[in-house]
Amino acid sequence: MKKLFVVAAIGCLTMLTFSWGGCDSNTETPAPVDETKKSENGNPSYDPHRGEGKFTKVEVGASLDAAMAETGNKVFGVKCSSCHKLTEEKLVGPGWKGVTARHSPEWIMNFMTNTDAMIDKDPKVQAQLEICLVRMPNQNLTDADARALYEFQRKNDGVK
Amino acid sequence: MMKKLKATFPAFVSIALLFGMPACKPKNAGNTVSSDAADKVYVAPGQYDKFYNFVSGGFSGQMSVYGLPSGRLLRVIPAFSVDPEKGWGYSEETKPMLNTSHGFVPWDDLHHVQVSKTNGEYDGRWVFGNANNTPRVARIDLKTFRTVEIIELPNSGGNHSSPFITENTEYVVAGTRFSVPPDDKNGDVPINTYKQNFKGTISFISVGKEDGKMDIAFQIQCPGFNFDLSRAGKGVSHGWFFFSCYNTEQANTLLEVNASQKDKDFIMAVNWKKAEEYLKAGKGRKQTVKYAHNIYSDITHSATSEIRTEVTVLDAKELKDICYFFPCPKSPHGCDVSPGGEYIVGSGKLAALIPVFSFEKIQKAIAAKDYIGEFEGIPILKYESVLYGEVQKPGLGPLHTEFDNKGNAYTSMFVSSEVVKWSLKDLTVLDRVPTYYSVGHLTVAGGDTKTPNGKYLVAYNKITKDRFLPTGPELSQSAQLYDISGDKMQLILDYPTIGEPHYAQIVPAELIKGNSVKFFKMEENKNPYFSNGEGTTKVVREGNKVHVNMTAIRSHLTPDNIEGIRMGDEVYFHITNLEQDWDVPHGFAIKGASNAELLIMPGETQTLKWNPDKVGIFPMYCTDFCSALHQEMSGYIRVSPAGSNVPLLFSTGKNYPASDSANKK
Repeated sequence: MKKLFVVAAIGCLTMLTFSWGGCDSNTETPAPVDETKKSENGNPSYDPHRGEGKFTKVEVGASLDAAMAETGNKVFGVKCSSCHKLTEEKLVGPGWKGVTARHSPEWIMNFMTNTDAMIDKDPKVQAQLEICLVRMPNQNLTDADARALYEFQRKNDGVK
Repeated sequence: MMKKLKATFPAFVSIALLFGMPACKPKNAGNTVSSDAADKVYVAPGQYDKFYNFVSGGFSGQMSVYGLPSGRLLRVIPAFSVDPEKGWGYSEETKPMLNTSHGFVPWDDLHHVQVSKTNGEYDGRWVFGNANNTPRVARIDLKTFRTVEIIELPNSGGNHSSPFITENTEYVVAGTRFSVPPDDKNGDVPINTYKQNFKGTISFISVGKEDGKMDIAFQIQCPGFNFDLSRAGKGVSHGWFFFSCYNTEQANTLLEVNASQKDKDFIMAVNWKKAEEYLKAGKGRKQTVKYAHNIYSDITHSATSEIRTEVTVLDAKELKDICYFFPCPKSPHGCDVSPGGEYIVGSGKLAALIPVFSFEKIQKAIAAKDYIGEFEGIPILKYESVLYGEVQKPGLGPLHTEFDNKGNAYTSMFVSSEVVKWSLKDLTVLDRVPTYYSVGHLTVAGGDTKTPNGKYLVAYNKITKDRFLPTGPELSQSAQLYDISGDKMQLILDYPTIGEPHYAQIVPAELIKGNSVKFFKMEENKNPYFSNGEGTTKVVREGNKVHVNMTAIRSHLTPDNIEGIRMGDEVYFHITNLEQDWDVPHGFAIKGASNAELLIMPGETQTLKWNPDKVGIFPMYCTDFCSALHQEMSGYIRVSPAGSNVPLLFSTGKNYPASDSANKK
């Protein structure tokens, strides 16, 4: 009997505290902390070929734009070479050899510029993260930098 | 048994009602129940506070930044004291910021805080702080939350009535707390010649409209006594400045007694527009002095310190219509100007009333030469002629007053430990709340602007005692947050502070948060030892100086193996953080470094000087957790005896063949 009363009383208290306390419409309700929705196979709206970001269609010439590739080489020296080799060898991140065959230009440039979102969503990046264990930093490249780096990667992969 | 249980049930319900119900009621003025205090200060995880609260760090010499209403500490900004956590005053780049005409001063006392204003409103560009001991003013850039400029004040013996600013940040002022003989006079005089030889100087520091650069535009030489606090006129009183003065007895010993003899001291009204005219007309005297002017650049990521040698001084005795005194009871502390600029509230810290002066009456009294005499050649206006009225029996020990948006004033009462709310219109006391304990200063959101916000008040208490868990003999100071939106003030939060807080400012977050710099662009880095990518790292010997241009990026240092350093070398590690993303600083430490460590922001270059003290291998590593491979972010330096022929070698990811006989045996 005693227990019943106590339980009822606590239940009542809990109800009052939570339901009534929460009805104050003047206080702002906190936004949910994490709104990322994940279905079983990752986000169904996510395009693993293009990645996610501002680049939807990158025009790539049949032959190399040597000047642009040289610009890319300079950016590589400042912002990329600390972690990526031009061979297949992994340093902090994977080696760049063959990267243009593994991914579309849109995917590469989106990953370079929208890094965190892609790390969170892209299955290939997530698999890579399990190997490297370091999230690629967003180096805040301009669109032109990203495009030049892609041209430099093409050169590195043998495009003339 | 049963009876008792039945009684328990209604008790639960009534407790629930008591605590749960009020939150559903509309908040009204009479609601002093503190059960909703938690709601009022709760900022959910991931949510932002509504206000930045810039708080003086007192004897810590720093400025702290809190979020309100949560009371969460967001940042401690180093200003006048070294700060090992941030490398401030330890890195070669920041050491010049603490240079003065006395040399490097590692620790000062920051009392008052002022956010820059445009049209009498906070504009959120800079926040200024004063050094009370070695007189200086610091400007902190609110894009980076860093001290970017410090200027020293000559002819001053302490800088207390500072860094109060005019309504468009035309000037930051600084009034000397301790009068001293002027710097170009022989100061080797008997102390008891105070009345003849000591002068009080107030400084007007101009602030560049665009770049914020400070310069001492002019100083005004005043009679020798103590200048305490000040406020700029605004609105109708724009163009004037008000300074409280004490020790008009001009005592030089046992001020506790000897500076408390007179029934009234003074508030000094300064017509700074008039002073500008005299300056333009060449009425100033060039004086040879010595003071430091230090500037930090976010482009070179380093500071420069220049010693300047001249200042222009206007004499208040000769130039009759710049300065006027009016009497104010008992060693006034705060002299605060109402939002419209008409009322000047004097807070005589030993008085039991609060006098309120009228700007209009002050102007009339000056025009009518309604003087009761002169003090060292400066006219004294008649108390009754300039008085608007007195707040009677407000409490004991009024110190400092700020204002809300409804015509009310809030005064801190040190002796009676309370905040008193009173009406500017009829000078009646409306409400009083206790503080725990001995409130010094207070701040109201926007309380010194033309349009106060009137939502929150924070009391900064001098004594903490039993408010928090005990931590030995020294306790942190305590701040108390009050909701002042209703008729009655309501205590809603206690929280500890850094050092001893004096003045503070509460600024809407919108004015500042969008301007915050996230990282420094490498393309703009003009530090002479900047490494533009790992390819440009190097180690260069210049005699016994060795410069290491090193880079840091998740998760390695380049170079991370260095040989060829010798005993007697002075090694400079110039480290560039190659990251270009928000919140990825790297740290740098080397075993046995007697100087300190470094903390390097993304895109920045910082330098640690190291004198190796013995032969051997010295590890170095990143001290700020940066990635899953942070523990791997490390390297070695080999130190050889003086005169050794071990060649200079540096690398990352290579193993050169051993270059000497050391391990061939």
